[in-house]
Order: sequence, then C-alpha cells, then structure tokens
Amino acid sequence: MDIILEGILKAFILLVTFDPEVLGITWFSLKVSGTATFISLFFGMSVGTVVALTQFPGRKFVVSLINTGMALPPVVVGLFVTIFLWRNGPLGFLEILYTPAAMILAQAIIATPIVTGISLAAMQQLPRKMRLQILALGATRLQMVRILIREARLPLLAAVMAGFGGVISEVGASIMVGGNIKGYTRVLTTATVMETSRGNFDIAIALGIILLLFAYAINLVLTTVQQRERPR
Amino acid sequence: MTTILEAKNLKVIRGGSLLVDVLDMEIFEGETLSLIGPNGAGKTTLLQALSYLMKPSAGEILFRGQTVGAGQRVLEYRRKLAMVFQEPLLFDTTVIGNVMSGLKIRGVGASEARRIVEPQLERFGIAHLRDRSARTLSGGEAQRTSLARAFAISPEILFLDEPFAALDPPTRESIVSDLEKVLAETKTTTIMATHDRNEALRLSDRIAVMEGGRIAQIDRPAVVMNRPVDQFVASFVGTETILEGEVRDTNETALIVGVNGSEIEVVGKGRIGEKVVLCIRPENVTLAIPDGTVKTSARNAFRGRIGRIVPLGLFHKVEIACGFALVAYVTTHALEDLSLKEGDEIAASVKATAIHVIRKSGA
Amino acid sequence: MKRFFASWFLSVLLASLVALPVTAAAQPAQKNVILATTTSTQDSGLLDVLIPMFEKKTGYFVKTIAVGSGQAMAMGAKGEADVLLVHSQAAEKKFMADGNGVERRIVMHNDFIIVGPPSDPARIKGTKKATDAFKKIAASGSIFMSRGDKSGTHVKEMDIWKAAGVKYEGEKWYQQTGLGMGQTLAVAAEKKTYTLADRGTYLALKKGLGLDILVEGDGILLNVYHVIEVNPKKWTKANFAGGKAFADFMVSKEAQAVIKTFGVEKFGSPLFFPDAGKKEEALGI
Repeated sequence: MDIILEGILKAFILLVTFDPEVLGITWFSLKVSGTATFISLFFGMSVGTVVALTQFPGRKFVVSLINTGMALPPVVVGLFVTIFLWRNGPLGFLEILYTPAAMILAQAIIATPIVTGISLAAMQQLPRKMRLQILALGATRLQMVRILIREARLPLLAAVMAGFGGVISEVGASIMVGGNIKGYTRVLTTATVMETSRGNFDIAIALGIILLLFAYAINLVLTTVQQRERPR
Repeated sequence: MTTILEAKNLKVIRGGSLLVDVLDMEIFEGETLSLIGPNGAGKTTLLQALSYLMKPSAGEILFRGQTVGAGQRVLEYRRKLAMVFQEPLLFDTTVIGNVMSGLKIRGVGASEARRIVEPQLERFGIAHLRDRSARTLSGGEAQRTSLARAFAISPEILFLDEPFAALDPPTRESIVSDLEKVLAETKTTTIMATHDRNEALRLSDRIAVMEGGRIAQIDRPAVVMNRPVDQFVASFVGTETILEGEVRDTNETALIVGVNGSEIEVVGKGRIGEKVVLCIRPENVTLAIPDGTVKTSARNAFRGRIGRIVPLGLFHKVEIACGFALVAYVTTHALEDLSLKEGDEIAASVKATAIHVIRKSGA
Repeated sequence: MKRFFASWFLSVLLASLVALPVTAAAQPAQKNVILATTTSTQDSGLLDVLIPMFEKKTGYFVKTIAVGSGQAMAMGAKGEADVLLVHSQAAEKKFMADGNGVERRIVMHNDFIIVGPPSDPARIKGTKKATDAFKKIAASGSIFMSRGDKSGTHVKEMDIWKAAGVKYEGEKWYQQTGLGMGQTLAVAAEKKTYTLADRGTYLALKKGLGLDILVEGDGILLNVYHVIEVNPKKWTKANFAGGKAFADFMVSKEAQAVIKTFGVEKFGSPLFFPDAGKKEEALGI
C-alpha cells in the first residue's frame, strides 16, 4: 500500500512540476501517435469513403476484411514489421528499425483499419437519399464527397479519436519496432512498462495518469459524438 | 403554352424490371403537374429520371427543346432544378446555412447568398429560426427549410417527391397552403409525386395517374376525376362505384345500359350490345326516404337497402344494395336529418350526366 | 467544445509533422550502433549513465534494445545487433563456438541472492551453499517463485536446481510468473515466497518489499557480464567498427570507474563490480 500512495504522491509532484523527462516522453508519444493517426486518416478515410459510396463485386469481403483489421493485435503487427525491417529482412535497406519512423509505420498499420472501419460506418450512417439531395442541389461528384465528409465530420472525428486512442495506448508494437531507446523511441507505454520493471513506480504511475487523461479526453469526445442527433 | 421539359420513350430498367416506361410526356412552363398512383407505380423513379438523378436506360429528355446528355450538360441541367424529398435531408448546420447551400454549391459568395435567401426565409416563415441548428427543428420546420433551400436557387423546374407525406395533418395543411401561395406567386414549374389525390387536386394544373411505370392518364384534374380513361384510374381517383354493363339502347345523346338487371341512363355514345364500364363518384349520388312524396329530377332512381355506413369525418360513406352496389357520400348533417340506419330502405338517384362511361373496346 | 477538440487535435498533428523529421534524421545510419542486452541490465540504470558518455566521446548513437537473454543472443547470431552485453555463461560460450562473435570480454559482475520472507519457513538463513538452500526449500515444500522467462536469472536458477539434484518441474511448490525481475519480486513479496533475484533489482526495490536476503556470496551465484562483438564476416551489414568501439569503451578505465561507484549514492552499496582484464577463474566460476 505504501508503494502505491507514495507513488501517487511522487507522480503528482512530477506532473505539476512538469518534469522534463515525463514531459519529453509525453510530447514524443503525441508526435509519433499523432503522425501515425494522420497517415492512417489519409488512407483510412479514402478507402472508407470509397467503399461506403460505391458498389463493386467482393465488397462484402472487403468490409469483413476491414472489420477484422480493426481488431488487429498490435504485437502481431509489431512482429511482422520487425521481421520486414530487419537488416537482413525484405525492407532492411530502409534502415529504419529502432527509429521513430518504424514506430509510426507500425502504429499507422494498426490505426488504418480502425479509421477505415469507422469512416465506412460514418458514411453509411448518412441517409441514403442524402447523396441524391446533394446532387439535386447541383453538386459535382467532388462537391458531393466533400459535403458528405462534412456531414459525417463528427463520426469521422470519432474515427480519428479511436485510431489515436488505439495507437497511443499500444505497447507491443512500439517496444518491438522502436526498442524503447531513451530519448529516441521511448513513449508513454514502453516507458511505463520499463519503469514498472525497474521499480520506479512513481514515474510509472505519473506516465499512467497521463495515459488515463488521454483515454478520458478521447472517450469524452466519442461520447459527445455518439449522443448527438442528426438533423432530420 | 411553352413546353419546358419533354420525355420521349423514357425507360428505366433496374435489376431486370421495367420501372418506368413513358412514351411521351410534356411539361409546360409554369404549370404544376402531379404524379399520382399507388406505391410502386414508378412516381419517384420517374421524378429521378426526369431530373437526371438516375440515368434513364433508354429514351430522351429534352429541356427547352435541347437533349439532356452526358457530362457537363447534365450538371448544367441539374443546376436549373431543385428537388424536395419526403425527408427534409438537411445538412448539419444552421437553418440559413441549409437554405444557402445550393447557392454555395454554385459558387455564390456568402454575403450575396445571404441577401438572396432572406426573402425565402420570410416566405416559408422560418426567418426567426435563421441561426438555429437544423438538428433542433420540428418536422414541419425542417420541411419548410428544405422547401426554402429549393426555392433559394430560383429553380426552373421544382421536383417534389411526396414532400408532405411524413407530416401530421395540421402541419401539412399549413405548409401546403404556404406552398400554394408561393407557387402562385413564382409560377415555378413544378412536378410533384404524391399518393394523396386531394393534395394533387388542390395544387395541380394537371394530374398524371401512373400504373406499373406507365402514365395511364394525364389531364386536367376535372377530366381525370370525372372522365377516367380506365377502371384503374377511376378507382384510384376515388370513383367508388364502378359497374360493368352492356348497352341496351341508344338515342341522340344518351345510352341505356343494363347492369345486373337494372337499367341506367347515361350521357355518352355507344353501340347496342357494346360492353361498357360506368363510373359514379359517391358525391354525385343523392339519397331520399322512399315514401313517394319526395321527387328528384333524376331519371335514374333506384330502390334498395343500406348495407353499411362508414363515418369519414365530415362525411359518411353509405353502401347501398339496389340490384348492384352503389356508394354514396352523405354529410353527417344530412345523415341525421334523414335518420339513416343500416338496413333501412332507401331511394338513391344519380343524374345521367354525372355518370362517366368507359367503352371497353376502346374509343 | 467540439471546435476546441478539433483544433487541439489538428495542432497536435501539425506540430508532429513539423517536428518529426528533425528527430528522425538526426543520425546518419553508420553512426547507429545496436546494442542488444537484457532487460535486467537496462533496468539497473547503469547504461543510462555509460551510454551518454560513450556517445559524447565517440559520436556514435547507441540503440539499446533490452530483451530477454535468449533474444539478445539470437539478434547477435542473426546480425541484427552489433554488440551484446549479456550474462549467460553457457549460452555465450555456445555463441562463440558457433562463430557468431569475434571477441568476448569480461566487463563486470554482480551477484544473485536468494530472498524470502523474514519468517523463513524453510530455515535457509545462513546456509553457505546455494544448492543446500534450494534442497531445503524443496524438502520443506515452501513455495519458490521462478521468473520462468528464460532470462539470465532464470537460467541461473535452473543451473542451481540441477547442481542441487532436485526435481522441481511440475512440483506444487514451484511456481512461475513469466515476468521480469521487478514484478517477480513483487509477486514473491505479495505471496511471501522464496525467489532468486539479482542484487541490483532487489536493492532498488528493497524498500517496502518485505523480503530479506537469506543466502549470498556463493560462487555459483555470481552473475558475470561480457561484451561480445558480432562476427562481421558473417553479417556484412553489421556496424562492426561501432560495436568494437562500444566494447572497447566498456572495458576502458573510464567506464570501469563509473561501474565501481554506480549505485552507491542511491542504495549505499554498489550494484556492480568492475572486472575488466580479470580471468574468469579468478572469480571462482
């Protein structure tokens, strides 16, 4: 019990004094996961929108593939990305294993199906006649897609949040492809694992609290979005 | 009358079934045309094909004499139209943002758009809701916004797809009367799909009755109501009594038609022995207590018994068995006056001029 | 509210796009040295002191990958690491025999200790030989918490069981956590059981743990660290020069001096004993 209380107290001190190490790790985590989410947003939203708005043979299969991808275990992604990026692996020439770039790559792979799946659902959730209404207002195809994305902006924000939430709290892939190198590839989750194993419960708890705050903020947005009604 | 839109040999085939098959249809500038018909008759599909929201499988659409084709021409054409659906389909923004959306799509600047939509907001009584989020509107307010959005672009043709079907009666009445005023004022060419014939009668210059993707009859409301071309149209426009008979005798202006042993005199032409269908609208049937003292000018007076009385608000529908089944509408007041009950004996009469004859062999 | 979140998120994204390439492009590829080592080595914190010194001195950038002992060896054998800092005698000898490494030099040692609850149900306190202590634990049926993760510590523990001639696998009193040293100590403390720990981790966690050192100092309990440079002939992509520079640094006077005092300030006693240049026999192993 002592360890926990003491840990929480020290964690609080670390947080309110803006401890440079804790702050650095937090900022780096945001950068890596933010960039990965941004990349996944580009692919996920494009694919999600196309699949939602078009009909083609094998569409059901693609949708089921996307939904399976949403539950892709991060360690599996980490394992495969590591194998591909090994010096002697197929992508070894890139020389990015144990770099932030590798972490971004792995996290983008994890986030893309999540963003794709939620974008797909967001676009499908719009009334089907909405497309006709937009065309009837004189829109070009491009204008229609832009308006649809605007209409689905809140569920799409949910996609962003879910993708971001998925990767910032992920540890397996980050530690495997990043290596948890101090000041270089150390993020909130990998640092938490290491500090716990080192017995530095105060730092671990401080990092944990930051992760919890992120999780709370993300869920707040998601809940707000989910409870919002669409216009008639 | 100038023709603004014309469809020739228009066919829409989807999933192997023929949804729309219109040989030739003209829409005149400034008129309001209603498409009526049961569900699945192809009203919505025809609207979408005419507005090029759905590509026709065959045929031609001419706008002011020019064929609407592919690519840029379609967009150009669509930008002259507006469409209002049964659902308001508003965007997730303010009321004014919604009303301006068509203008924005056409690249009109914000301040200019604001100036243009202001009269539309007033017109549809939603000026006070200007900055409200579309999410917070009632059904009626939302549909008013949707109508204002359509009128904001000053469409050359307005398409309405069952625009009032989802509204409750009082809201519906107030929006219909507002739209009536706006249409009278703007003289916007309007094509409206509806399954409510009263709405169609009230708003339309012409009515087209659709069945199985075809237009069964297209004409002025009075003609469609009183002189339906076939049994289907007759029953759809509210002719309750439809009788099949054979011409027994003819003279200069009238026919004597035998129906199930009774003889009915009607105004029309025909040959002896010809099969005909007689249509009698329920409001044209007069009822009286058969005591011999009441005379009517009608030659067609039938004695019978009341089968069933069904209340319909201001009216009661009275079903009479008098050798054939005859349906009459009686005001509630008259019903009480005559103290009619089910099973009573009754005398029913119809003027010969109020009976419409459809010649089965075709004209 | 929504606008706030949207703009917050956008600014994070933009900031990351602007800031990231700078971080990622800071080091040229040949400057990178991949050091494969064990989690317990990283957890001691010693490398957090030594590596910045080495980097400052040489301009190399060390990527420390802390994994299990077995994985560290495998990385070296596959040319995915340039230099190893490890502490599993038998595995290291096999690694060298297989021609995976070119040079293996002794760096330092720390030691293992047998810890347990102060009540000491198996009465092992004061026992000189680790094998005798293990026999007593087995005989009394007191629970022994093993890491069970093929780590250096786990390997050492299995060696002792073997030397003691005790059958432990599948026994009711033998439990495995599959976790790191710190967590295994925490579990042992919680359940009041015996376990084998490295002194460094134990010292770091000692406070509030409620586990005492019961057996220490036996030759078999020594944990000797070696640096191994991987074989450049086998793997041409390895940064051999960088690996050699790091190995040389670890046995240098400068590094050895740091090792000698590391941990004194925090725990009152050093965590490691510098051994550069010594023969293995001198340590009694």
